[in-house]
Amino acid sequence: MKTWITGLRVLLVLTVLTGGVYPILVTGLAKLAWPFKASGSFVEKNGEIKGSLLIAQKFEKESYFWPRPSSVDYNAAASGGSNLGPTSADLQKNYQERAKAGLSNDFLFSSGSGLDPHISPQAARIQMDRVVSARGFTVAQRNDLTKIVDESIEDRDFGFLGEPRVNVLKLNLEMDHHFLNKEP
Amino acid sequence: MISNDWVQIAIYIIALVAITPLLGSFMARVFEGEHHLLSTPLGWLERGVYRASGIDAKEEMGWKTYAWTLLAFNVLGFLTVFLLQIFQAYLPLNPQQMPNVSWHLAFNTATSFMTNTNWQSYGGESTMSYLTQMLGLAVQNFVSAATGIAVMLAITRGIMRRSTNSIGNFWVDLTRSTIYVLLPLSIILALALVSQGVVQTFSSYVEAHTLEGAKQVIALGPAASQIAIKQLGTNGGGFFNVNSAHPFENPTPISNWLEMFSILMIPAALTYTYGLMVKSRRQGWVLFIAMLLLWLGGLAFSLYGEYATNPVFGTSAMMEGKETRFGVVNSILWSVSTTAASNGSVNAMHSSLSPIAGGVAMFNIMLGEIIFGGVGAGLYGMLTFVLMTVFLAGLMVGRTPEYLGKKIEKYEIAMIIVAILLPSICILVGSGIACILPAGLSSLASKGPHGLSEILYAFSSAAQNNGSAFAGLNANTVFYNVLLGLCMWVGRFAVIFPILAVAGSLAAKKYAPPSEGTFETDNWIFLVLLLAVILIVGALTHLPALSLGPVIEHFLMLRGVTF
Repeated sequence: MKTWITGLRVLLVLTVLTGGVYPILVTGLAKLAWPFKASGSFVEKNGEIKGSLLIAQKFEKESYFWPRPSSVDYNAAASGGSNLGPTSADLQKNYQERAKAGLSNDFLFSSGSGLDPHISPQAARIQMDRVVSARGFTVAQRNDLTKIVDESIEDRDFGFLGEPRVNVLKLNLEMDHHFLNKEP
Repeated sequence: MISNDWVQIAIYIIALVAITPLLGSFMARVFEGEHHLLSTPLGWLERGVYRASGIDAKEEMGWKTYAWTLLAFNVLGFLTVFLLQIFQAYLPLNPQQMPNVSWHLAFNTATSFMTNTNWQSYGGESTMSYLTQMLGLAVQNFVSAATGIAVMLAITRGIMRRSTNSIGNFWVDLTRSTIYVLLPLSIILALALVSQGVVQTFSSYVEAHTLEGAKQVIALGPAASQIAIKQLGTNGGGFFNVNSAHPFENPTPISNWLEMFSILMIPAALTYTYGLMVKSRRQGWVLFIAMLLLWLGGLAFSLYGEYATNPVFGTSAMMEGKETRFGVVNSILWSVSTTAASNGSVNAMHSSLSPIAGGVAMFNIMLGEIIFGGVGAGLYGMLTFVLMTVFLAGLMVGRTPEYLGKKIEKYEIAMIIVAILLPSICILVGSGIACILPAGLSSLASKGPHGLSEILYAFSSAAQNNGSAFAGLNANTVFYNVLLGLCMWVGRFAVIFPILAVAGSLAAKKYAPPSEGTFETDNWIFLVLLLAVILIVGALTHLPALSLGPVIEHFLMLRGVTF
């Protein structure tokens, strides 16, 4: 019996420490040091939250760059991957359909989270033609867009960690800002 | 693979070797009660915990007291998490108004976090309130990890002490592991993760208006603090459904590296701690090298599998279930480490890996989570194989085996066999039951061998306390929640109790000084024998089942067969 009471007391003390003090301390310090990131890296425009820079949102219009396929339809309140395996007929079907659309690389496969905010630089360049014709760009404007895409490529962290990538929401915001003179 | 891939792998290994003696010697000082870096700044906290809980830190426990104390504490933790879930709708800090959790999911989840498994039949952002995650799940992340370390300390003392009944004080081991090791490292890691973009907030989910004018509800929460300990304590239970594939849980390659390194850091360093505690650093390094070699073997196979062409798709290095920022190499490094170490967090969906990489993940788990393994748990698991090896070597030369001056006799070997066999029995019998009952089969997402793999992976993950999954399987059913939950209880305590029994038995023995005929356990011969024993036991037990899952899937894939 004594063991159980001691156990309860230890659990209570450690709960206060690791379940109360610890997360509240981290929250406080995080809000002080990185308020933007701690609260979700949200982008606002005219006082309205347009999305998070870290969360893919759905883009279907031809005039925007698209993120990778999502098996949860970009539902940011219920992340998920397809979990389809290497011999899955369903995955094979998806793959063939996506390949027909002329896409390539990471675009042929859905992301792990369903919310991958990035695409490969190659996948961004492949989409240029579609965006250019949807927006009816002139040659000069096309060159501008090429520049914007090139500048949006993020290198590996420290030059060797991870993969080069393009943040789709950032790129689309940048593009709207440049051509429609909208504030990002 | 490109040269940059090799650079990333090399840096990971170098960092792991470098941290081992640094963190290992710090932890040895902590656990031996010597003066250390944090005894001045945090000593008051340790003493405060003892005072507030009425603990006499000088009290020594025999193995039975130690074991029952440990069990009582874990049962209380289980009950707390269970109750928090089934009443969460009536409790505060629930901005999304999550409903109460069903009894079977609450049973499964409470068991899962108490046993350091962190198998999740649910999606965090769509099931659990902030309060449940913080007060229930995060706390168990700390104390289940500390429990693992405590058992490892107990067996180490059993080996070192002579002619005594005591193997330490569970409360002291628990408190010191939490306050001096897990908590400080978690604070540092949590803040580093926030600096990369991991969220840490108590505000409710945010509704965004997308550029195309649609609405998108974005889940948030106090994630960074929980993710830090989930990685460091080899827990692995994600704050969000897709775990460390979620951009809010793991936003950049830097955060990915930190999280991935945290998986193996403490288990690796504990081998050094062990070496110091048994007064022979070589003994610790031998275990480290054994673990590293097994890890490298798994990594090599996985990379081969992932970069080989999949004839079904006519392409290699497939990105299904992987995130762009990590790419293939970081996904494989993670999958091998997380399954070796009983962590079970993922940054890519294991179900979508190549059959070989998915099979390696399963085999790592089936070996018993001893390749670095869970914090503490990996080392005491490895020690069961060490004693088994010593015993087999003794049989070969026909003399009573010894390990570090202690005779290994019938009682110890019987206990070790229980610890090795029971989890494996859970895997095979549990999978067998699931394969014949409609309740087991109706949850499957895949047909063909991949379907069997989903079942086999689930029971391996539960019984060996890993927690990762071939997540197509719908595990949130009464059948799977209850059966997998029971496997987790067995996998945890049917190992801990025999280990503590061995600790008690060894502590009571006299020191047998080494002689001419003593089989040395700190050289290459022992290392090779140890690896052989691990692989033979693991292969004999599990290859038949694996050959019907990932192995046959691999060969069917080569012929272009789909299901």
